[in-house]
Parts: sequence; structure tokens; C-alpha cells
Amino acid sequence: MSIEELYREVILDHYRNPRNRGSLDHPDAHAEGTNPLCGDELTLDLRLEEDRVTDVAIQGQGCSISQSSASMMSQAIKGKSTDEIRELIATFKSMMDIETAPIQAGLDPDRPGAVLGDLEALQGVRKFPVRIKCANLAWTTLEEALRDQDD
Amino acid sequence: MNDLSHLRLDFPVLQRRVHGKPLVFLDSAASSQKPKQVLDVMDAAYRTYYANVHRGAYLLSEESTAAYEQARGKVARFINAARAEIAFTRGATTALNTVAFGWGMDHLRAGDRIVLTMMEHHANVVPWQLVARRTGAELVYVPMTDDYRLDLKRLSELLDERVKVVSFTGMSNVTGTMPPVAEIAGLARQCGSLVVVDAAQLVTHAPVDVQQLGADFVAFSGHKMLGPTGIGALWGRPEVLEEMEPFEGGGEMISDVRLDGSTWAPVPHKFEAGTPPIIEAIGLGAAVDYLDKIGMESVRRHEMELTAYALSRLAELPAVRVFGPAEVDHRGGVISFALADVHPHDVATILDQDGIAIRAGHHCAKPLTRTLGVPATARASFQVYTTREDVDALVDGLRRVQEVFRVD
Repeated sequence: MSIEELYREVILDHYRNPRNRGSLDHPDAHAEGTNPLCGDELTLDLRLEEDRVTDVAIQGQGCSISQSSASMMSQAIKGKSTDEIRELIATFKSMMDIETAPIQAGLDPDRPGAVLGDLEALQGVRKFPVRIKCANLAWTTLEEALRDQDD
Repeated sequence: MNDLSHLRLDFPVLQRRVHGKPLVFLDSAASSQKPKQVLDVMDAAYRTYYANVHRGAYLLSEESTAAYEQARGKVARFINAARAEIAFTRGATTALNTVAFGWGMDHLRAGDRIVLTMMEHHANVVPWQLVARRTGAELVYVPMTDDYRLDLKRLSELLDERVKVVSFTGMSNVTGTMPPVAEIAGLARQCGSLVVVDAAQLVTHAPVDVQQLGADFVAFSGHKMLGPTGIGALWGRPEVLEEMEPFEGGGEMISDVRLDGSTWAPVPHKFEAGTPPIIEAIGLGAAVDYLDKIGMESVRRHEMELTAYALSRLAELPAVRVFGPAEVDHRGGVISFALADVHPHDVATILDQDGIAIRAGHHCAKPLTRTLGVPATARASFQVYTTREDVDALVDGLRRVQEVFRVD
């Protein structure tokens, strides 16, 4: 596995030009995530209309993996329903998991929650176990935001 | 040139390969590698005479006790102290907690001040915060100057009769800064303050003579000075050790235990509750022998030369920004840096692919990294076994990082 397979072009692009940067006024859902060991930080705001994410804003700092994952995630969830997003979270996490990753091959491409798109660029991270938590940070923060939404 | 490169052969782990490349270990400030002279002594102790210390009336226990106490003597001589002035601890962290709680809880009250510096490791911040919270004492921090030195002018202004403790690092684990310890201790003592030195980095990078430092307490760890983990030492001025209450109670630290109270064993044993890390102490003694044989003056010279070389090589890369003093006489071989906008973790991952181990993060010194204006830094740190070739490999590796991240 070469280092270029980890640092794909799309990852560097999202790191240097993060999408949906900023914060929302009176967000419908909000969560903050950190990786205390690395110092990666992330703040996530969501606008929800009838169970669908209509706007996303992310602030934070950290490595290219954590920040590009957050940026790509923000694009992927915009317009999706919370159910579709939960499926997307599961799909992403299974890609990051050494044991379940092969299951992905069998996913139905017609289901929005099953399509990772650009996010597939992050699959190289799996070969660098200490960096998996960097890639997952945005997703655990998203889970947290949606969990608070359920309460 | 003060060439120590022959020492590399003493360190078995340095012979291994990482991702198919020879290991270039540049994270010794986090923990150093161990020479076979230390590993062999520890192995032999377990295999030939191991038993608990200070209790058994049989030969093995006598031998263990003798080796343990000889190790204490070696550590004491290493910093020009007497044997009874050295309490073995789990490491510098426990040593600093012993002082903060053992001394602080009995001597600090509301309105008193504890002076720390902006470049402290969390181990010399958090214990004092815990004690300040319980006693009502206030924490004050000495800032750094723009050239990464301690602001001594500000320190002098802060020192008044409210100051009861001045606790500071002898060498920063982030910037490598070596503040003038004796000068600071002198200033602090003038206002009647206790002086505590966190020597976790200093003790393995430069000669330390407690008779010259003017401190009341000096704390350090074994694992950063070629010894094992789980062992460290607290040196204290005899009269202060005598007066200070133990921080931990248990076996071995008592003179007599009655139902209504107990009396303590003599110094330093009253600070060593429970079965101590016996083999680790013996290992630390062997590490001290190893460093003594090289000579700490020689270690310091090696490191100054290597640091000067590293700083000049890093200056070849315009995208690299070093956080630390430029003059090697004010610093040790710990170099924190940033490479353009590339996050330190990405730098570390790419270097690792070339077999180069560096640290990336806040280095357990978050107040300092915040002051530097970055969330994290990359850090390369040296030991007696570090060579110019290691530095060259680092510079080549950083060029590779620049390629991957397309940094001009």
C-alpha cells in the first residue's frame, strides 16, 4: 500500500477546500466531537425539515483525514432523510472496519444510504489503523447530533 | 565532532526495520530506547536473585535489597546527591504529585500563589491544579518570550511574598528550551518560595548537579533516560523531605502501625509505600551506569552538535517552521515544527512509511501548543544513539511529505 493511496487527490482537495464550513443560526441538531489523543475537533450543525437534512455546517481543526471526511460527509448527507443518513453512517463505518468491509460489495446501489461516492476515497485509511478514528470522527459526531434529535 | 554513533549497536531495537526500511527513531523525548546493558541487568535480576526487598531474612531478599539500594546510590551520585535524598517513584508524574499533595496540602492556603510556566508538561500543571482547588491557592503562569525563552523579567515581577511554590521544567518537551534553572531557583528562594524542578527531559540531556541547581525538589523518570518504565525518582533537600508528609500510605513506609495511628519509616522509605518496582529500579541503576560511562558532558556536547545540524538542515526547507530557540546553548535536542499547512499527524503517517518515528500532537503540553498558535506540532527528539544520518533521513522524509501534499 503506497502513501499515495491514502492521500488521494480528492482527500487533499477536501482538506484544503473544505465544503459547508461554518455554523448555522439556531440549528435543529448540533454536536461536538473530539479525538483527545490527536486533538482533532469538530462542531456540526444541522438544519432539518420534516426529517430531512436541508443544511449542514462544520467547523473544526485536525488532520487531512478527519477534516476531509467531515467535508465529504457534509456533502453526502445534504438532502437525505435521517433514515438514509443512518444507513449511510452504517455503510461508512463498515467500510472502515477491517472485518466488515467486504460486505459492501453486495450493497444495493439504488439505495441512497448505500452509496458513498467520493467517500470511498477514504477506504485507504483502513490500512492505517491508528488513523481510522480520524476518519470516523465526523461520523460519530453526526450520530451524536441525530441521537439528540431523537430525544 | 563528538561521535557517539558506535552506541547504536547497544540498542537492539534500532537494528529492526519498519515498513521495510531501517528504523529511524526520533521520539526519544516521549520515551527512550533501552541498551542491552539495561535489558541484561534486568533479565539477570529476575533469573538469578529476584525476591521482595527490605523484608526477607534469606539470601535472595538480601541480594535483591542490596541491588535495589545500590541502584538508589547510583541515581543519587548521578545528580550529585546523597542516597537518602532519593525516593523512588513510579516516574516524574508520581514524584510531582508527591510534592504537590505531600507538601502542598500542608503548606498552601487561600491567597497563596503557585507559579508555573507556560511551557509545563501536564504532569507539572494538573497536580498543582488539583491541590489549588483543594487549598484555595492561585496558579500563575510565567509566559514565554517571542524567541521561545522563559520571560525572566515577568517572572521577577510575579515573585512576591504570596508565592509559596515555583515549579518549572528544566527543559521543555515541546520547544527544547532550557531555562536558567539556578538563576530562577535563586530568585524564587529570595522570596521564600519552595522550588520544584521537573527534570524529566533535562536529566537525560545535560549534566544535573542538585548542589548547583538550588532547588528543593527535582523530579524525573527512568524511561526517558534509557531505563525502564514504571520507575522514577524524587530528589528532595533533606530537611524538606524530613518534614514532608507521605503522599501514599501502605507497607514498607511505616515504622510502627497501631490502630490509632502510625509512625513513618525514615526518609526516603516513608515515600515508598508498597512493594516498589524493584527490577525497574535496578534497571534504572544500569541506565545511569551506561550514561555515566559516556559522561553527561559528552552527551550534552553530542546533542548540541546534532541539534545545530538538524536546525541547519531543516532551514533548507522554507515550508518548515521550528518552534524553539535558535541557539543551541539555550536548548536541548527536542525540535517541534510545522510543515506548511500539513497537519502533524499526516506528517507522522508519511514519515512512518519511510521507517521514521516522530511524535505528532500537543505533547501533553496543551497550554504551550495553544500559545504557539497551533493545535499540534510535529516533534523530532534525540538521544545518545541519534545520528546525523537520522537527521538526514528526516529531512528526506519531509521532502516526501511535501511531494505528497504538493507543498512548494
